[in-house]
Amino acid sequence: MSFHAALRNGTKSIFLRVEEAFDHPFSGQDNPLRHLGAMGLYLLWIVVGSGLYLYTVLDTGIDAVYHSIGHLSQEQWYLGGVLRSLHRYASDGFMLVMMLHLLREWSYGRYYGFRLYSWMTGIPLIWLAYIAGIGGYWIVWDELAQLSATATTELLDWLPIFSEPSARNFMSPSAISDRFFTVLIFIHLGVPLLLILGLWAHVHRVAHVDYLPTRRVMLATAAALTLLALFRPALSNPPADLASVPGTLAFDWFILFIHPLTDLTSPAIVWSLLFGLTALLFALPLLPHGKAQPVAVVDPANCTGCDRCHVDCPYAAISMAPHPGRPGYQLAIVDADLCASCGICAGSCPSSTPFRRRETLITGIDMPQLPVNALRQQLEQALAQLAGRTRIVIFSCARGAQASPLAGVDTAVIELICTGMLPPAFVEYALRGGADGVVVAACRGGGCDFRLGERWTSERLLGYREPHLRPSVPPSRLQLLLASAHDSGALAAAVAELRTRIETLGVATDRLPPYLRSASHHA
Amino acid sequence: MLKPAAIVGQVILYGAFAAFIGYFATSPTYDQIPDDVALIKLSISHLGDRACRKRTPEELAKMPPNMRAPMECPRERSDINLEVDLDGEPVFRTVLHPTGLYKDGVSTVYKRFEVKAGTHQLAVRMNDNLIVPGFNFVQEEEITLAPRQVMVVDFNPDQGGLYFK
Repeated sequence: MSFHAALRNGTKSIFLRVEEAFDHPFSGQDNPLRHLGAMGLYLLWIVVGSGLYLYTVLDTGIDAVYHSIGHLSQEQWYLGGVLRSLHRYASDGFMLVMMLHLLREWSYGRYYGFRLYSWMTGIPLIWLAYIAGIGGYWIVWDELAQLSATATTELLDWLPIFSEPSARNFMSPSAISDRFFTVLIFIHLGVPLLLILGLWAHVHRVAHVDYLPTRRVMLATAAALTLLALFRPALSNPPADLASVPGTLAFDWFILFIHPLTDLTSPAIVWSLLFGLTALLFALPLLPHGKAQPVAVVDPANCTGCDRCHVDCPYAAISMAPHPGRPGYQLAIVDADLCASCGICAGSCPSSTPFRRRETLITGIDMPQLPVNALRQQLEQALAQLAGRTRIVIFSCARGAQASPLAGVDTAVIELICTGMLPPAFVEYALRGGADGVVVAACRGGGCDFRLGERWTSERLLGYREPHLRPSVPPSRLQLLLASAHDSGALAAAVAELRTRIETLGVATDRLPPYLRSASHHA
Repeated sequence: MLKPAAIVGQVILYGAFAAFIGYFATSPTYDQIPDDVALIKLSISHLGDRACRKRTPEELAKMPPNMRAPMECPRERSDINLEVDLDGEPVFRTVLHPTGLYKDGVSTVYKRFEVKAGTHQLAVRMNDNLIVPGFNFVQEEEITLAPRQVMVVDFNPDQGGLYFK
């Protein structure tokens, strides 16, 4: 294993452990670590909303800008002061969440293949966020702004981009004019607009994007930041004076850390670090990584053009086009570059039902590495071999809890690329084919490697999403478990619980009528 | 419905999130230079002189009457030689090169020196035409710097050349 792979796996392991620990108080959908992108967007909207208010009350001028912002904190602390503090703290939160998001996606190996576009479009956003953040501090024009402006221009002057040192603009008090602040505010509005535009591109190829976290998370985050704003309001340092070096300053390490780093090292080292890290991030997809899996394949003869795969695909890899052979019908088209090879489309296809009488089950859209027909054959063979008092079939996600150790005489394990690829009719097919109970082990809420697998699986089995499990299937014989790779114990417990329930609660009466495809009147 | 333990857990974690942001948004404090130190910023942006030559009468006679300029000045600017001494000790020696593809732009320097506050002898010498030996601009003064004071060394031909501010 290479050093990079070892580092990535180690980081992933830490993230997984912390995320799973967070699942206890938050549960999947409210777990902020599983929705860092949505958290970042939410914090950005707080920054934008509070910033609009600050913009309306800001006077642009060397002295006016300092006094107008100070006035907010002193005289209008209950509104302007709180919004100013929210603007700062939400910006810091955004930086924190953005870097965590970057680290998490890297550790999960989400930087190549169908995720390449999102990875590449995300990298420039980091630069834009820091440009906007640093520029925002200048607007206050206090001693911290002076330090940042001087240090930033000195850093920029190391690059051969200006014919004259830009730091000369901050040599003496007379060097600054009111017009500087007008330009600064224009930049501080323009760069975040570019950032928002970049964010749109960043999520452009992702379907069903979580633009915001859940309402509960939003309310709790806003409450936490508002309390912080009230108890520790953001205040200005003394006004800038270019004739002297600022004294000891309350320092924002989330955004301005680059200045102490430059003082500690040198501009050459800082630029080397920044450009080096950026180049490394861009080059990551070129490093050796897992082999790409075969992508989904559409069979025009069996595609009804129903649109479900198009709707369910987590990465917008499927589009609909007029069917070449059936006028008035549509046909699913797979974009191989965007396909995640998760099989969620096969699970959504109504033609994937195992009850179809054909000997070879060919569905509308399928995965070459695990076709629905092979899945049905695997299930039929497993059912034929099951013995014992209570026979259970486990459909498990290959990336979730380890189910194979549970395989035995009375327990069959069928591993899926993602549980989202399981057509719900397979549950009924298993029960009518001889199984006494079925366990579907999907990933934890919000923890699916393909984003939506566990969500679609749950919704289909609960009847909220097409194709749904038929209501005639008794809920007592189905156990849906959301479990991660570390939850093998929970899976074993769920199987044991289902077995006990079936054996002790007298649910034998709700057994579905048997169905044998080879003997059915459809065959 | 959330369990009480989950509510307590969330309150603790959201509180930790806010506390983490609140702390590192202002702390630890940062001091760019020690209290007893002042800053001298040397910042000069100046066009070096051009190595002009007086044309001979023979050369002028060969030229069209309307183009007989007495001096021939090349487009290129001279390098600038700059020296800074503090308390008699050399602290900076450099040769500034003109910018631009044709070396016809300004020569610039920006350098900051951290010095102990107090009285110092500062000498700055500059030669903007290296054909001529020595230094054609010299400024030497005894300066008194207060703690954290920023003193600028600049050049402005309209103000007599080098000056301290």
